Amino acid sequence: MPENVSTMPAPAVISFERVSKHYDGVRTLDGVTLAVAEREFLAIVGASGAGKTTLLRLINRLTDPSEGVVRVEGEDVRTLDPIVLRRRIGYVFQNIGLFPHMTVAENIAITPRLLGWDAASRAARVDELIDLVRLDRARHRDRLPHQLSGGERQRVGVARALAARPRIVLMDEPFGALDPITRDALGRDVRGLHDALGLTTVMITHDALEAVLLADRIVVMRDGRAIADGTPHALLAADTDPYVRELMQTPRRQAERLHELIAGPRP
Amino acid sequence: MTSGLDARIGEALARLPDYLGGHVRVSMTALALGIALSVPLALVSLRRPAFRAIVLALSSVVQTIPGLALLALFYPLLLGLAALSMRAFGVSFSALGFLPAVLALALYSLLPVLRNAVTGLTGIDPAIREAALGVGMTRRQALWMVELPLALPVIMAGIRTAAVWVIGTATLSTPIGQASLGNYIFAGLQTQNWVLVLFGCVAAALLALAVDQLLALIESGLGARRRGRVIAGILGIGLIVVGALAPGWSQPKARYLVGAKTFTEQYIIAALIAQRLQAAGLSAARREGLGSSVILDALAANDLDVYVDYTGTIWANDLHRNDTKPRAEVTAEVARWLKERRGITLLGGLGFENAYALAMPRKRAEALGVRTIGDLARVAPRLAIAGDYEFFSRPEWAAIRAAYRLTFRTQRTMQPEFMYPAAASGDVDVVAGYTSEGRIAQYDLVVLDDTKHVIPPYDAVILLAPRDANDRALIDALRPLVGAIDVELMRAASLRATSAAGDRSPDAVARWMWDQIERKSGTR
Repeated sequence: MPENVSTMPAPAVISFERVSKHYDGVRTLDGVTLAVAEREFLAIVGASGAGKTTLLRLINRLTDPSEGVVRVEGEDVRTLDPIVLRRRIGYVFQNIGLFPHMTVAENIAITPRLLGWDAASRAARVDELIDLVRLDRARHRDRLPHQLSGGERQRVGVARALAARPRIVLMDEPFGALDPITRDALGRDVRGLHDALGLTTVMITHDALEAVLLADRIVVMRDGRAIADGTPHALLAADTDPYVRELMQTPRRQAERLHELIAGPRP
Repeated sequence: MTSGLDARIGEALARLPDYLGGHVRVSMTALALGIALSVPLALVSLRRPAFRAIVLALSSVVQTIPGLALLALFYPLLLGLAALSMRAFGVSFSALGFLPAVLALALYSLLPVLRNAVTGLTGIDPAIREAALGVGMTRRQALWMVELPLALPVIMAGIRTAAVWVIGTATLSTPIGQASLGNYIFAGLQTQNWVLVLFGCVAAALLALAVDQLLALIESGLGARRRGRVIAGILGIGLIVVGALAPGWSQPKARYLVGAKTFTEQYIIAALIAQRLQAAGLSAARREGLGSSVILDALAANDLDVYVDYTGTIWANDLHRNDTKPRAEVTAEVARWLKERRGITLLGGLGFENAYALAMPRKRAEALGVRTIGDLARVAPRLAIAGDYEFFSRPEWAAIRAAYRLTFRTQRTMQPEFMYPAAASGDVDVVAGYTSEGRIAQYDLVVLDDTKHVIPPYDAVILLAPRDANDRALIDALRPLVGAIDVELMRAASLRATSAAGDRSPDAVARWMWDQIERKSGTR
């Protein structure tokens, strides 16, 4: 793959070409065109019902488009076996989605197991990942999900997504159910892993501040369309669309207020 | 009294290996079949709501059919199938006992397992299902690795319910010829041996309880991921099955099967026939408590070898005759019909008749001035009559009513054992009893004369299965019984079997009868 990258004009790892999706006459995506570059951390923000999750599910074929083409690493996903495709893409679920009857180790090792790894390499990989997501081998390895805290559970969710060494990771509101401190810590860890492992990450969030702090690039969705696309800096400065301005105002105001507080009272 | 109780418990224990083995075999096979059917049905119906509704509705309907009726319905069904398979493939199978009982009980176990499997599988969090697909499982992998393990505790609860139902209902497989703990209950009811009835009930309840607790152990082991408990539960059930079936493996299978219907006289005669066969060196086993409609078909299908029926019964039920003829002519016609239409050999009469007869308490009859059935017509509208389960739907009853223009105030259906006490105590005025029963004399009833000869003769006759028509050894062993039992001897034997004192098991009474028969032939 690297030699391809060097000989071609840097192809997008994930691309949407005029993709639409409708269920029973209701349009949830409306002609979205979008490309995600290699090693990019893309955040998709928008209100619920804006089409964020549908967009994510199209990438690993949990759903198929009504119109348009979705490509992963240059290939039209409709030509790929969905099972094989999903096994090479990590997925972190909104409500964590750990299998309640499997231990932490079994949950993490699930995709390697489906890929037919032997028990020894699975066990080694589980240990590696438990360290990577900052859990404790002795304390957590053989626990069941219900015995863990919310933050620990989502760390397992992240470890599971990374287990089969995917190059692409999809995250659907991964930190939505967590308290602010856990959320911040896990967010920073995920960004760290993204950089260290050279991943291409697409993360859905409805929290603009989270998007601003973690992502390289933000796409704003509204009513099934991508209405803005740019770096956090660009979007914070943008003054075009009222909805985008409204959305970006919250982190800006928070930042300004914090800035004031840190500076201390004016003399 | 204590020695009598000991004897009865001893008698019950002696038959435990046979009955418990039969019970475990039939209920465990039915349960396994029920699970094997209902879990796939639940899986197929998961994504087909319309199909699911139909399957659940049908299995609910099955549940509303009384167990006894469901079991009885499977016998003619399988008999038809056996005949079809004989014609189509040249292979036949026994429609008596095991097969119909297993199928009916399996149907019975369908609902609880199916319903719980559907509940368990549809109750899984959609997010978990989505996650299973998201990590790259195929549909099949999602089912086996995630959905079934998560639904398993609920499915196990359904299996427990089904196990208790099946083990309880299996006691009703006696009338279709499957040996079970129900044999105790049916035989005990017939001979008013309450120790036997209780023994059967307690044994079935203990078995159900043991299986339920072992399944509970497996269920909790699955829920808590404790492999030890699951293995212990499975081992326990395996132990019950092996323990119940092992005595049967060591016993050689009997060559001849002697049938008996569901009343005292039949139990005694079956015991007598089995004893005669054994005395002649032939191995014999008994299938008792068979339904009246099942037993003749079973004989014709070679599922039984020999039993005693009554000419009048076959005359009315199978030849569909409602006229009557002299005894010898009825016997000859019945014998001819049996040979030609069913291949059955009528070996000969035992020497007594067991006819339906209308009887009244002596004092009541004298007070009303009733001596014949004709006399009844006058007073019948004020009287109540009791009969057994089949009497009021039999052609003889229609013929009696038509010939004598009888209309009773009420007619009540009763277990024969309770009919006579009911008449003696005045709860009913007239009973449709049996002439060979000792209790007509015991309760001081008088038999009303059938002056118009409407009721056909009911000679007790030995019938042989088609495959035994030319079996010299069998025929020689049975020949001494032909003409050997007069109605007095039969009455005395029946009375003995239902009296409170001494060893009154059918086997003991049959031995006593043979003594009497030998003594009489010695003096002759």
